Amino acid sequence: MGDRVETQTTGLIDRTVGIQAENVHAWFDRLHALRGITLTIPERKVTAIIGPSGCGKSTFLRCLNRMHELIPGARVEGRILLGEEEIYGDGVDPVRVRRRIGMVFQKANPFPTMSIFDNVCAGLTLAGERNRRKLEAVVEQSLRAAVLWDEVKDRLQKSGTSLSGGQQQRLCIARALAVSPEVLLMDEPASALDPASTLRIEELARELAKDITIVIVTHNMQQAARVSELTGFFLDGELIEFGSTNELFTRPKDRRTEDYITGRFG
Amino acid sequence: MDGRYQFRRLKNGGMALATLACTLVVLAPLFIILGFLARTGLGALNWEFFTHLPGAAGEPGGGMANAILGTIVLVALAAVIGIPIGVLGGTYLSEYAGTRLSYAARFIADVMNGIPSIVMGLFAYVLIVLPMRHFSALAGGVALGVMLIPTVMRTTEEIVRLVPQSVREASLALGIPLWKTLLRVVMPTAAAGIVTGIMVGLARVAGETAPLLFTAFGNRFWNRDLLQPIAALPIQIFAYAISPFDDWHRQAWAGALVLVGIVLVVNVAARYAAGRQVKLH
Repeated sequence: MGDRVETQTTGLIDRTVGIQAENVHAWFDRLHALRGITLTIPERKVTAIIGPSGCGKSTFLRCLNRMHELIPGARVEGRILLGEEEIYGDGVDPVRVRRRIGMVFQKANPFPTMSIFDNVCAGLTLAGERNRRKLEAVVEQSLRAAVLWDEVKDRLQKSGTSLSGGQQQRLCIARALAVSPEVLLMDEPASALDPASTLRIEELARELAKDITIVIVTHNMQQAARVSELTGFFLDGELIEFGSTNELFTRPKDRRTEDYITGRFG
Repeated sequence: MDGRYQFRRLKNGGMALATLACTLVVLAPLFIILGFLARTGLGALNWEFFTHLPGAAGEPGGGMANAILGTIVLVALAAVIGIPIGVLGGTYLSEYAGTRLSYAARFIADVMNGIPSIVMGLFAYVLIVLPMRHFSALAGGVALGVMLIPTVMRTTEEIVRLVPQSVREASLALGIPLWKTLLRVVMPTAAAGIVTGIMVGLARVAGETAPLLFTAFGNRFWNRDLLQPIAALPIQIFAYAISPFDDWHRQAWAGALVLVGIVLVVNVAARYAAGRQVKLH
């Protein structure tokens, strides 16, 4: 893993914002999955969310781009500010919110019928962009930003699913970056990848954070320690502790945080 | 211990043999029909059969050109009616699986699948033939189209449901509205499977006779007017088969062979389309 990841988002990411969550509650039918989360995610940093399975960390992430409510019976309460905008405010269109926020999922999910090229610019073409020259420029920029360009530049017309798992995940990152999001959410983006691909994704996240706010959910504590500047520890739907990653891992304030990071449970 | 093992082996062999025998029993009628059709039908099959109108009663010669074209027209009409409703309805059933309306629609589609085809003909008769006071290609097309809807709807539903949730989420998270996600991402992913369902449905209605008897009615001449009765292979086969003329009997066999040929070609094409289905992980 000697080769350095060099990313360049110039021209893609022109604006990024922080996120403020105030007393966010979320439900799956009657299951109270998030119980009053309040935290501030600063811009141009990687913020990690850790915690055991079922603690609500993915649910919280999906509240940030209004994906949680897509599940039948799911509900959200509280305020979330994306920059200045209250995303659960009256009359806010969730589709527009999702436009401003990119998301990368646990399992790489390129569109199976589309080529690598079409996958990257899907967000633009499906929104009606037809200017071929612009699309080509964005595809190259996005693939360079996701450090995938050199590997795929000669086979852009090949199917997106023909790539390896790690490449597919970087393809999904490129696809998310192509629509110039203001925030990038990553939901355990490396949990299905081998250690080498995992490191590449982590380095990429750190590099991208120079330009864009990143929130990464992970159950891998080493990953949180390696990649993030801030970490929040979730347990049973509550935010137990939030602060600088270094601090949280070396001098946790809460007993439960300490128990978790020292491997006493979870 | 050893005796018991022998007995098990015997049982196993016996069951394998029984399943093989049943398979043969299932396949036998198919091959007997195909063989018989080929033997009797091929003899009457000639260029004239494909290019000429039916001859005068009792006189040898003539063909079923109008009936072949008529079947194609009727199936095309059925496709125009049945495919859009079936595909969009099936997508609704898959995407809104839990709603009361979708339960009702699914149930009705299954009931429709089981309704005797002649009843579908009656439906088109009451809906179109009676108000218009005469038989027409349109009425036949509607009868076949209505028969096509439940088949296409249920296959589309099953296939669209196979598209992984992760693909939908990827599109929605990009800020693509749900309707566009369905139309431009989910449906193309399911396209090959949907096409297969459509072709199997079309092959089935192409061979239907009963719904056409009092809708399309049949016609001994060319017909370019959809509001007039039109010839169809199954009707022509029926009419010729019960006629007293040997030459017409032979032509009926030839017509049956052509019909089976059409259905076979469509089915093979469907298989080919299914084979090209995108791998859904």
